[in-house]
Amino acid sequence: MMQQHNMVLAGGTVIDETGERRADIRVREGTIAEIGSDLSVGDDELVDVAGCIVAPGFVDLHTHLREPGMPEAETIETGSRAAALGGYTAVVAMPNTDPTQDCVEVVEFVSKRGREVGLCDVRPSGSITIGRAGTQLTPFADLAAVGVHLFTDDGSGVQDEGLMRRALEYSGELGVVLAQHCEVASLTKGAVMHEGECCSHLGLPGWPALAEELMVHRDIELSRLTGSPVHLLHLSTARSVELVRAAKSDGLRVTAEATPHHISLNDERLASFDTGFKVNPPLRTMADIEEVKGGLLDGTIDAIATDHAPHPPVAKDRPLDEAPPGMLGLETALGVARSHLDCSWQHLLGAMSWRPAKIAGIDDRHGRPIAVGEPANLAVIDPDSQWEVDPSALASRSRNTPFIGMGLTARVRHTVNEGRIVVRDGKATA
Amino acid sequence: MSHRKQVLGPDDVRRAVTRMAHEVIERNRGVDGVVLLGMQRGGVWLAQLLGSEIARIAAPVPIGTVDVSLHRDDIGLRPVSPGTSSDVPVEVQGATVVLVDDVLYTGRTVRAALDAVSDFGRPQAIQLAVLIDRGHRELPIRPDFIGKNLPTSSDEEVDVTPDGVIIIESEVST
Amino acid sequence: MTLHFRSIEEAGTERIHRLLDLTEHMAAVGRRPNPKVPALRGKTVCNLFFEDSTRTRMSFDLAAKRLSADTMTLAVSSSSVNKGESLRDTVETLDAMGVDAFVVRHRMSGVPWQVAGWTPASVINAGDGWHAHPTQALLDAYTIRQRRGIANDFSGLKVAVVGDIRHSRVARSTTDILQLLGAEVVHVAPRTLLPPTSDVATTSNFDDVVGDVDVVYMLRMQRERMGVGLVPDGGEYSRRFALDERRASALRPDALLMHPGPMNRGIEMMVDPTELPQSTILDQVTNGIAARMAVLFELLGSGGIEE
Repeated sequence: MMQQHNMVLAGGTVIDETGERRADIRVREGTIAEIGSDLSVGDDELVDVAGCIVAPGFVDLHTHLREPGMPEAETIETGSRAAALGGYTAVVAMPNTDPTQDCVEVVEFVSKRGREVGLCDVRPSGSITIGRAGTQLTPFADLAAVGVHLFTDDGSGVQDEGLMRRALEYSGELGVVLAQHCEVASLTKGAVMHEGECCSHLGLPGWPALAEELMVHRDIELSRLTGSPVHLLHLSTARSVELVRAAKSDGLRVTAEATPHHISLNDERLASFDTGFKVNPPLRTMADIEEVKGGLLDGTIDAIATDHAPHPPVAKDRPLDEAPPGMLGLETALGVARSHLDCSWQHLLGAMSWRPAKIAGIDDRHGRPIAVGEPANLAVIDPDSQWEVDPSALASRSRNTPFIGMGLTARVRHTVNEGRIVVRDGKATA
Repeated sequence: MSHRKQVLGPDDVRRAVTRMAHEVIERNRGVDGVVLLGMQRGGVWLAQLLGSEIARIAAPVPIGTVDVSLHRDDIGLRPVSPGTSSDVPVEVQGATVVLVDDVLYTGRTVRAALDAVSDFGRPQAIQLAVLIDRGHRELPIRPDFIGKNLPTSSDEEVDVTPDGVIIIESEVST
Repeated sequence: MTLHFRSIEEAGTERIHRLLDLTEHMAAVGRRPNPKVPALRGKTVCNLFFEDSTRTRMSFDLAAKRLSADTMTLAVSSSSVNKGESLRDTVETLDAMGVDAFVVRHRMSGVPWQVAGWTPASVINAGDGWHAHPTQALLDAYTIRQRRGIANDFSGLKVAVVGDIRHSRVARSTTDILQLLGAEVVHVAPRTLLPPTSDVATTSNFDDVVGDVDVVYMLRMQRERMGVGLVPDGGEYSRRFALDERRASALRPDALLMHPGPMNRGIEMMVDPTELPQSTILDQVTNGIAARMAVLFELLGSGGIEE
C-alpha cells in the first residue's frame, strides 16, 4: 500500500460544490489539513498546480472491472489504474462478473482486491437477481451489510414487471438503490445498432428507442407505486430524458446517468461496420444526443457515468452480431465531456463527482467539499490541455475506445486518493 | 510545346497500302483462305482500307477485328480499356490470318494478338501487316508486310491516320 | 489505395457504368470457342464463404478461372468455425498464403469492410447479411440492358421488387443500381418485411403493379421467416405476394420476370418460370459469370482504366 503523501497543492483554482476560489491546499495523512493563499511548504512536497483546477475526485457509477472472470479484458488492478488516470477516486463495479456479484463472498473478494491495489476506491454493486437471471431476488440485506449500496442486473434489464415491483418494495426499507439497464428484450432481439434510417440503409437489425423508453416509464411508475428510489443507467434517447424530467417534477425519487459516448457519437458511426461503435444502448441520432446533453445541462440527468466496458481485440474482431457491445470510458470521460458539454466547470464537475457520489452512497468520503478535515480525494485537472487518445498508452488491458482521432479538451494531471498521489503528471505512480 | 513532324501524307499512305495489298496477294498466291483481322484499335481502319484494295485488285476477303486487351503481358502495369471487341467473321481454323496494325513497336501487342487469335482456332498461318515499323523490338516478332520503316526514338510518339503519319516529340515530363 | 467492390453505393456511378461495359466485353469472351483469357494469370483469388452458397461460389470460381487466375476456397458454415479463432485470425492466415483478392460471403452485414481492415488484398462482397450483394446487382442490371437492348440509361423503366425486402441484400443492391441508372423502383411487401424506414416507394398490393411495370423482380421468401411472427403461417403470404398463374398472365408481354435464385417453388413462385417468355432467370445465371469476370478484371487486372 502506497505511502500517504504530505503535500501542498499550490497555485490552483479550487472548484467544488460550494463554489470556486483560488487557494493552496495542504494534505497531511490523507486529510485536508489547511487551505489558504501562499501556504508555506515546509517539509511537505510542493506540487505546482498553477493553471489547474483542483476538484473532488470523480466517482463513476458504472464501471465494468471484469474481475472475477474475464482477465483478458480487464482486472481490478488495470481498471483501477485506468480509473485513477481518468481522475476517478471511486468507482462502482458492475456485478456482471463471473461469478456474479450476487453473494457476500464475491462482493468481499472485489472490495478486498480493490483495497490491495490501492489506486481507487472500488465499491462493488450487487445484482438485483441471482446470476442476473431475472427470476430470484439477490439477498439485498446481506450485501448491504457488507457495504453494497447500488444493485443492478446491468447488461440486461429486469424483464418481469412483477419481480421488479417486489424487488423495489423489498429493498426500499434497506436504504439501498436499485439501478436499471432499461431494455425490453423482446424488442431488441438480434439488434446491433439504433433502429432508424441508418440501420435500414445498412441492413442491420435495429434497437428501437421504445425498448428503452418503455422500461424507463415502467420503472418510474414502479418507483411512484412503491416509494422506493430508482436510478436509470445510461439514458440514450430524447424521450427517456423527457420521461425523467416529468418524473422529477412530480417529486419522484428517480435519478439518471448518461455516458460520454451518448453525448458525442451518433448512429452513423456504424456505417463503417466498426464493432468499436457497437454498444448497449446503441449510439443514437443527433436529435437524441442534443436532448441527452440538454438533460445533463438542466440537471434532469444527474451524473455522467462511463459504462467502461473493456473487451479484448479477439472479442471485437468478429462480425457485428458476435462482437460484444461496449466501449472503454474511464480515461477519456473528462476530455469527451468537456469537449461536448457547454456548461460551467462547476456544473460539469458536479456531474462527475459530487452528484454520483451521493447516488452511490459514498458521499461521506468522495465528492466532498474541499475543506479542512475532509478526506483528500482529489482530481487536479489541466483545463486547457488539447490531446488525442493514444490506444497504446491506455492503462486498460483492452483497447476498445471509440475516441481514437477525436480531439479532446481537458485532461487529468494528478489524482490524489486518500492522500496518496496515485497519478502524477498524467502517469500512474503504481 | 511538343514538336510535330509530318513524315507521310495521305497520298503516301494510300500508295503504301496499295503496295502492301499487292504483296499480300503475291505472297499467298491469291486470296483463298485469307482473313484480315485489324488489331483494336489502331489497325481497324487500316484493315478496312487494305481489304478494299485487295478486293479492287483481286477479290474480296473477309475482314474482322481482334481485341487483345485481355491477353496483354502488362496487365496491372498499365491502364487498359477493354471496351472494344473481337469480331471474327469466319472460321479461323485452317485459314491464313493476316493481322493488321498501324504501328509495330515493341512487338508485345502482336504477341498478345497471336494468343487472342489462337482462342478462336488454329490458323494454317498468321502473317503480320503494319503500316509503320518504328523499331525498338522487345520480342522476336517481325512483320511480313511493311508500309514504311521509320526509325524513331523512344520519347517520340507516332500518330497514324488515313491522312498521314506524324512524329510527335513528347515533352520531357518532370 | 486498394480498390474493393463491396456495395453499389461505394462503387459509385462512374465505376458502375464502366463495369457494365466491361461485363458486355466479358460476355463476348464467354461466347468464344475458347472462353478463357490469360488476363489474371498469376493472381490468386480466395473464396471466403461463411454462408452456404454453392451457386454464387461456383460462379465466382468459374469467373476467376476464365481469367486464368488461381482460386482457393474456404467454405465454412458459421457454426463450425472454431469460436476461439476470430474472423481476423482466419483472414490473416489466408492472407499469408498470398491472396490478391478475397471474395467474401457472410451472414452478417459489414464483414467485407472488417476483412478489408485485416488484409492488403482487394475485397469483393459476395453477399453480407441483409446489406449488399453488388455482383448480383451488376448481373441484374446487365441482364435488363441486354434483354431490353438499352445501354446504361434506365430512365423511364419501372421495376417492382417483390418479397422480403427487409432481409434482402439483393433488394438493397439491385434497387441501388436501378436507381443509379435512372429507373423507378417500387418495393412490394407487407409492412413487417420492409425496413424500419424506406426512401423507396412501397406498396403491399402486388396486383396493383404487376401489369404496369417493365420488370418484376421476385425475391426468395425463406420459410423460416414465417415461423417467427413476421408473416402469418400457411398460404397467406403466397396468396398476397407470390407470382401465380393470374399474376403471370397479367405481366406485359415485353416485361421481364427476374429472380436471383434459388427459387422457392410453392412459396413465391407458383408457376414454372421456364414456361414464361418474360423470364430472364437463366440469362441471369449466365451473365453472372461475365459480371464477376468484369469485377475481378477491374480490381486485379486493369491497373486503372484508361479514360
